Amino acid sequence: MTESSRPIEVMRPGHLACPGCGIAIGMRMVFQALGKRVVVVVVPSCVAVISGPYPNAAFDVPMFHSAFEIAAPTAAGISNALKVQGVDDIPVLAFAGDGGTFDIGLQSLSGAADRNDDLIYVCMDNEAYMNTGIQVSSATPRYAWTGTSPRGNTRRKKQIMEIMAAHRIPYAATACIGFADDLIEKVKKAKEIRGTRFFHLLSPCPTGWKMEEHLGPKVAVAAVETNIFPLYEIVDGLHYTINHESRSLPVETYLMMQGRYKHLGQEEVQAIQTETDRAWADLHFKTTRHAK
Amino acid sequence: MKKFISGNHAVAEAVRLCRTQIVAAYPITPQTAIYEKLSDWEAVDELGGIMMRMESEHSAMAACLSASLAGARTFTATSSQGLALMHEMLHFASGCRAPVVMACVNRTLAAPWAFWSDQTDSLSQRDTGWIQIYCEDGQESLDSVIQAFRIAEQVLLPCMVVLEGNFISHFMEPIEVPEKSLVDRFLPPVNIPKRFDINNPGFAVPVVNQMQYRGYRRLSQEAMAFSLKVIEDVDRSFAKIFGRGYGVVDAVGTQDADLVLVTSATITSTARVALARLRQKGYKVGLVKIRVFRPFPTQALRLILDKVPKIAVIDRNISLGREGIFCSELKASLTHSALRHQIQGYLAGIGGTDVDPELIERIALDAVNRKQALDGPIWMTEEE
Repeated sequence: MTESSRPIEVMRPGHLACPGCGIAIGMRMVFQALGKRVVVVVVPSCVAVISGPYPNAAFDVPMFHSAFEIAAPTAAGISNALKVQGVDDIPVLAFAGDGGTFDIGLQSLSGAADRNDDLIYVCMDNEAYMNTGIQVSSATPRYAWTGTSPRGNTRRKKQIMEIMAAHRIPYAATACIGFADDLIEKVKKAKEIRGTRFFHLLSPCPTGWKMEEHLGPKVAVAAVETNIFPLYEIVDGLHYTINHESRSLPVETYLMMQGRYKHLGQEEVQAIQTETDRAWADLHFKTTRHAK
Repeated sequence: MKKFISGNHAVAEAVRLCRTQIVAAYPITPQTAIYEKLSDWEAVDELGGIMMRMESEHSAMAACLSASLAGARTFTATSSQGLALMHEMLHFASGCRAPVVMACVNRTLAAPWAFWSDQTDSLSQRDTGWIQIYCEDGQESLDSVIQAFRIAEQVLLPCMVVLEGNFISHFMEPIEVPEKSLVDRFLPPVNIPKRFDINNPGFAVPVVNQMQYRGYRRLSQEAMAFSLKVIEDVDRSFAKIFGRGYGVVDAVGTQDADLVLVTSATITSTARVALARLRQKGYKVGLVKIRVFRPFPTQALRLILDKVPKIAVIDRNISLGREGIFCSELKASLTHSALRHQIQGYLAGIGGTDVDPELIERIALDAVNRKQALDGPIWMTEEE
């Protein structure tokens, strides 16, 4: 790689993420795709912690640490303010965690998506409230251990992509740090679209998933290759495209890498496998529903 | 030009005259007519800004404050439950020094459900760091919104213009709607810091330590104290251009008064009628209207009230477990007077009940004849 072809580095040394944090890696990749001409909103979550306490700033872009449940309307306000000032070429990006997206921020995200506000929203999903120390969220998968689901989560993971697709927003995509090229390509694609663009970015959390620090990207790859977290995009809420045909490995490959699943018996693993197979078949069906 | 319009319509006229760039709103009675009127104008390209139709008041304030930090002139309006839902964002807006202007149309807070005028909604936001201006009628509401933009943008604090539900919001009055050229002369184009500059990136509102937090609180408190002078200056220059001014407080007949009635908002208009009658009957009664509640105009009030032996404060609001909120505030601000005042609080108009001149006369007579003030408030009702 030559210096000129090296991606733009927006992230500075000294951020406050835990070692091996999937969110830090994911944010870095998103910025490599977007560059420095961007205004960024972060909300309370690991994302905000990583961005650094005053007077440090981990990212070399204008950034605003807004309140927990309002990543989307905050970004929408900035986006519209720039428009009335005649600035039309600077994207506004919002980073929120899974709690800030699936739970407390869902209403305001829905409002922005409904208005098709001009913003890119990236949900950094580490599948629990990790910033406050590993509590269950509606993004936590079934059976996963958290500090508030000590016997395993009893609920199914909320299907945020379906919810966003139902808003018929111009672009929604899943991505993960195990597939950097796919992630960067899709963010670049989203940058050229106007309206509400949504990313569901799986961000492995060594601290909360109870695994070794170096495993983040590997676990992310396993999530995709077992169909636990397929890579796909949805255009206009209708047109589904699977971005990576997985090897459909047994889900155990993914589960056994993480301490949060170590209490599972064969019955639970089989239940996860059954549900994963069903969802994967369903996703394939969705790609055939509407002519592109 | 004089128009026969409601208070809500008057507020909307002011928002349009001020070339507001972002309006983010959500419907709630009795504010909704402001949102509708601005939408009407947007539909025919007469608003001049962008209307954001939000899914909640909480998000409305989120959009306003972030747009404001991006350098835009922003406005929203709400009432009651909507204001309560916004509470978190009110602290946030003042904490990040976003000069958002909001009209709060007073309405009772549930439970129980009701739709009438009661100031407890806006007064519950006392400690959020917003400038608060309480209006007596539709004209003052229109004028105060125009003033609010200039005040807020000068001191970089958000400003709430408070008008009473129904009594102002829905009452039709002849209201002078100024020429746009005059408003342009009074209110310069928005020129507030743009916090999101890609050529000079910074991290707005990061996590701070204890000393830094305290430091920001002190700065905000200084800005609040300073804003009192700005509010007075802005009102004076408003009066020069438009021929109308309001002051931070308004005093009538207080020079020789043995008793001064202290009011806010629409009860003031009624009290002006009662005052004339009381004077005719020979009572040396005066009247003070508190227009600016935050920052609290302690000095202005002391200049008027320091030598007045008896004071009757009339509140259309209550801090449960204490008394009317203006009453508590006034008592605290007169602590250092040389004279030991007899200050009695009266609750009148709670829940939007009617306060007529006769009721205010009864309050005055009670205060005149009272030898000793009670620690708690006296509830006033229509029938006696």
